[in-house]
Formats: sequence, structure tokens, C-alpha cells
Amino acid sequence: MSDLPKLEMSRRGVLAGTAVTAVVAASPAIGAPSAPARSAPPASMPVHFDVNGQRRELSLDPRTTLLDALREHLHLTGTKKGCDHGQCGACTVLVEGKRINACLSLAVMHEGNAITTIEGLGTPDRLHPMQAAFIKHDGYQCGYCTPGQICSAVAVLDEIKREIPSHVQADLAVKPSATDAEMRERMSGNICRCGAYSNIAEAMAEVVGAEVAGAKA
Amino acid sequence: MRSFTYERAKDPVSAAQAVAGRQGAKFIAGGTNLLDLMKIEVETPTHLVDVQDLGFDRIEKTPEDGLRIGALVTNTDLAADARVRRDYAVLSRAIVAGASGQLRNKASIAGNLLQRTRCPYFYDTNMACNKRKPGSGCAAIGGYSRQLGVIGVSKSCIATFPGDMAVALRVLDAVVETVDASGQPRAIPIADFHRLWEDRPEQDTVLRPGELITAVTLPRPLGGAHFYEKVRDRASYAFALVSVAAVIQPGGTGRVAFGGVAPRPWRVEAADALLPQGAVAVTARAFQGATPTRDNAFKLPLATRALSAVLAQAAAQTGA
Repeated sequence: MSDLPKLEMSRRGVLAGTAVTAVVAASPAIGAPSAPARSAPPASMPVHFDVNGQRRELSLDPRTTLLDALREHLHLTGTKKGCDHGQCGACTVLVEGKRINACLSLAVMHEGNAITTIEGLGTPDRLHPMQAAFIKHDGYQCGYCTPGQICSAVAVLDEIKREIPSHVQADLAVKPSATDAEMRERMSGNICRCGAYSNIAEAMAEVVGAEVAGAKA
Repeated sequence: MRSFTYERAKDPVSAAQAVAGRQGAKFIAGGTNLLDLMKIEVETPTHLVDVQDLGFDRIEKTPEDGLRIGALVTNTDLAADARVRRDYAVLSRAIVAGASGQLRNKASIAGNLLQRTRCPYFYDTNMACNKRKPGSGCAAIGGYSRQLGVIGVSKSCIATFPGDMAVALRVLDAVVETVDASGQPRAIPIADFHRLWEDRPEQDTVLRPGELITAVTLPRPLGGAHFYEKVRDRASYAFALVSVAAVIQPGGTGRVAFGGVAPRPWRVEAADALLPQGAVAVTARAFQGATPTRDNAFKLPLATRALSAVLAQAAAQTGA
């Protein structure tokens, strides 16, 4: 026992451990590759994109995902790494206004793109209405999936407005509306290990309701 | 992830040449399946040719009153297109039954056709898999095979093609258009695009090295009532155990293809002809010669029931 490393507990460490456990549980058969020989990293490549309205220039190993570029190179750690395989949605960001999994996209493929992360949606002093609604309705417990949930929720309401169809839509010819069933189906790419789903749905419904009221006023 | 070099292609033929002329080179479009597999080193390309600037992002009417869908149109944009929703609803339905909103926003239709199997043994690099490592064997045969194929499989591989969109394309008799490194175009009927595994499961499709998909064309609309019935382990964001794509005409004739059961979208034209006789007759013919495992034998009655549900809806809609 004496040669075990000293166990240092931190909130970050616990959360990282939780995320890894969740992924293992979701994909029992995915194993680590057996110690492959690594080749020398290739030369870095220049890339620039706009993140939350600011032009950012980086020089990156082409393997760098958009998620790692945001977190490790630009230190925008609001966007979270959950499964790193597009299964959990914690890394959801908006690229040119559309939600994607930042973990399944190479940073070098986003030359010139406009990217919005949770840090760009709102600030502690000026919350985005969806952030305020998540707080009001307690749309989280541990909070790890929350930035992805909020980015996805904002995009879902936009997709409904743009009449993007969904699996639960009864008639493809009729405009979709932001019903509970529609929002739940459209949010299925965002997993919440704490199970805050009903509160997330309430938060989204509140934003929809406020928009409807605003449109009528 | 193994290291690789990266370039952005400027035109289709130079993209095809960049991949054809270099061992280990691959195209990348949306990247949602390729990068997932590169992270676990199931895919280990040494060079990526990004095709996003090639301009294959439009949906246009063909002179034959069909639609030509650019290879890089996203799954979301194809499902949302007003003409597709009206005239090819089975295709919109199939797309929105698959993946998540985030993935559909990034995934291209060419990449959707080229996505690789979700067999758990293909993903686990510690396991034998003829598709991942030719000649290493198949751990799925005799292993956990609940999700795997029941027909068209071989002694080398029992994996399925996992997608939804292609099952609808099979019912619609779509054609895959490609170009190769010499600039030669080719039109491949969707029926011939995905291979049966036989003794070469590492080869998913009939594409040759460096052959680039440029578009998918749909023939003129079929009319009829369109259905995509997907049965899965959870209500959303899961691969099909069994899916049914169908276009049913008034009178009960039509076309049907099944997903989640075989190396390719599974359609048997002789079974289509039995649609007026009901689901049992159709699936008996479509799945003649099936070789299910003990784990996945449930897929055969499930296919019949899923088709029954579709035919009941069709009867209610069309009076067939």
C-alpha cells in the first residue's frame, strides 16, 4: 500500500473520474488500444477562427480537436470533455450558429469559422435567457454537462424556428412547435448523468414561453 | 490518435489523386465517424484530404424530375429540404431517426453511406476482427451478437451496415455518383454500393482507392405513403435493432427495405411483390436463407412485426 500515490481529492478530479466512468458504462466493449508505437508528431499547422467574437490564431498539431483547441489552447474551459466520442454532448458548441460535437471535429477544419461557446452566450453579469432559466429551474446537479446542454438547448429552439424536422414530428409538412416531446427528442444527444432532464425541459419551456410572450407584446 | 498530415483539396480530381496516390490517405468530410475511430486507433490514416471546399453542398432538380444531392450536404439539410419532405418523406424520416442533432449537423450524406459498422468487436482493438484486421478471425461469431447481422453475413464477419439513411435510399433506388483520380465518373446503384462480406469484410463498399463520392441522385418521386419504422433499445439516439423503410401505394403494392439486419440495406424485389399479401409473406421471402445467431434470432419476428405496424398505418392512410 505504501507505494500507492497519495490520493488527492478535488472537485475536478472527482468530476473527471465520473465522466470516465459514465463512458465506460455506456460502451462496455471499447477497449484501449494495446500500446502502439507512436510516430513523431507532424509539423504544426496555422489556423484561425473567431471564438465568441474574437479572432484567435493558433498553430496546432492537426490531431487537435476543436474541443481541445478551445480548452487546452484557448483556455475556454466552459466547454466540457465528457466521452470524447460524440455520445454525451458535453462538448456541444455552436459553429456558424449550428450545434456540433466539438470533440468529433478537427480544429484545422474550422479555418475562418465563427464559434460560440458557453462563455460567448452570456456572462455572470449578463446571462443568456437560457442560462437564467437553467438556474431558475435547477436544470443541473453536478453541472458538468450543463454548458453543452445550454448550447444545445439554444440551438434546438433555433432549429425548431428554422423548421428542421424531428423524429417525433407527426406531419413533415407542418411547422414543428416547441412541445415537450419535440424538445426531449431534439435534446437526446446531451446526456445528464444526474438526471436533471425534467428541469432542463422546464427551463427550455420557460424560454419558449418568454419568446412567445415577447412576440405577442 | 496516430499522427497524420492534412490538406484541403481544391477540386474533386486532385482530391481523388491525393488519396489514390498515397498509401494510408483518406478523405475527410464531416469526420464524425472517422475521428471517433481514429481516437481508438481502429482507423489510422497517415494523411487526410479534407473535401469540404469542393462545393458539393447543393440539392438540385435533375432533368428526369429527380433530385441530385451533393455529397457534402449535411444530414440535417437533406432531411429539412422541402422537396425531400414532400416527395421523398421516407428519406427525411430515416435521417431524423438516426444519430443526434449535433451529429446530423456535421455528418455529410457521403460520409453517412461510408460509415463503418458498430459491431462491438470491430471497435475493441483487443478482439479478433476480420474487418479491422484481415485474417485475425471474428470474435463476434460465438460472442455477443445481439445487434449483429442475420442475413447476407459470412463465416468471416457478421457485422451490419448500421445506418438509417441508406435504407431509405435503397427503397428509392438512389444512385451514388463518383469520380476517380483520372477524372472518370461512375454511377453506382445503391443496391450494388455496399458489399456482402464474403471473405473480404475489410472492404465495405465497391469504391476503389481514391474514388470520391460527388453526389447521390434520386429518381423521380414514387408517390405513395412513406414510412420509416425504427426499433431500438431506447427511444432516441441509438442504432436500429431492426428498421423498415417502405413506400406503399394505394392498393397495397410498394417497396420495402430493412436496416440493422445485414451488411447492406436489405431489399429483395421478389419480396416487394408480396406486399399485398401482408408482412408475414414479405419477410418470409426477404429473409429466406437467414443465418441468425441465438442472440439475434429475435430480429426475424421483429422485422415481421415492424413491417406489420407499417402496413397497418399504410392501410389507415391510403385505405389499402
